[in-house]
Amino acid sequence: MAEETKAPSAHTGASGGESRPERSGGDRPERSGPPRGARPGGGPGGPREGGRKFFRRKKVCKFCVEKIEAVNYKDVRLLAQFVAESGKITPRRLTGVCTPHQRRLSRAIKQARNIALLPFAGRAQ
Amino acid sequence: MNRNYELMFIVRPDMVDEDLNKLISTLESSVTSAGGTAKSEVWGKRRLAYRVGKFNDGIFVLMMIEATGAVVHEVERRLRVTEPVIKFLTVRTDEELKRLDKIKKIRDSKKKASAQPAAAATAPVTPATPEAATETPASAPV
Repeated sequence: MAEETKAPSAHTGASGGESRPERSGGDRPERSGPPRGARPGGGPGGPREGGRKFFRRKKVCKFCVEKIEAVNYKDVRLLAQFVAESGKITPRRLTGVCTPHQRRLSRAIKQARNIALLPFAGRAQ
Repeated sequence: MNRNYELMFIVRPDMVDEDLNKLISTLESSVTSAGGTAKSEVWGKRRLAYRVGKFNDGIFVLMMIEATGAVVHEVERRLRVTEPVIKFLTVRTDEELKRLDKIKKIRDSKKKASAQPAAAATAPVTPATPEAATETPASAPV
């Protein structure tokens, strides 16, 4: 909550660009291609945004916090939290899950899909 | 070299209980006769997330098997030919269990290590000894 220094800005540019700095702030080594050139993302605020901090509230990995070690394909309720309405797996940057847990989670979701506990596409009934 | 497996299969919903139990016991006996252990639980009828061969719900059965790979292969073959079984999934779980055990051990040892100085600091001899005595049996069932 300390990092929540977003000023309620009305720029549509700012809100559109939020997704990009968020990405570079979150996974450090990975998608460094686009954000590096275009925007001064990741670092504490670019001069373009008028000194607004780019860091959104640092999302914590739910599994690390609650110390859930075993991600089983059988607990559908837990898995369904990480699946979108369309049935797709939500990306790590939106859920804030850390990489090893995201890998296990995605494996479990795919197993659950195979055994018809989760849908491949469409709403989970 | 027994490995742990979890086998979940779905049976068509219009199957009667006795037939289901008969099927489960046949599978279990095929595992135990080959030298392994099997334990099963029936989850009951659930709605499937998508249509599987004309059915929208099915009876889920979970079997925990501890046996060699060949035995599980045989069980899977049987499931494939059994007509009421519409889907199955086998997951090998021994690596996962090993990992969980390791984590539990690390956590327990950390807890013990942090509890020891507290017990020593607290106090005079008399309360400390029964505390130490209760400490050890508590960590034994690991």
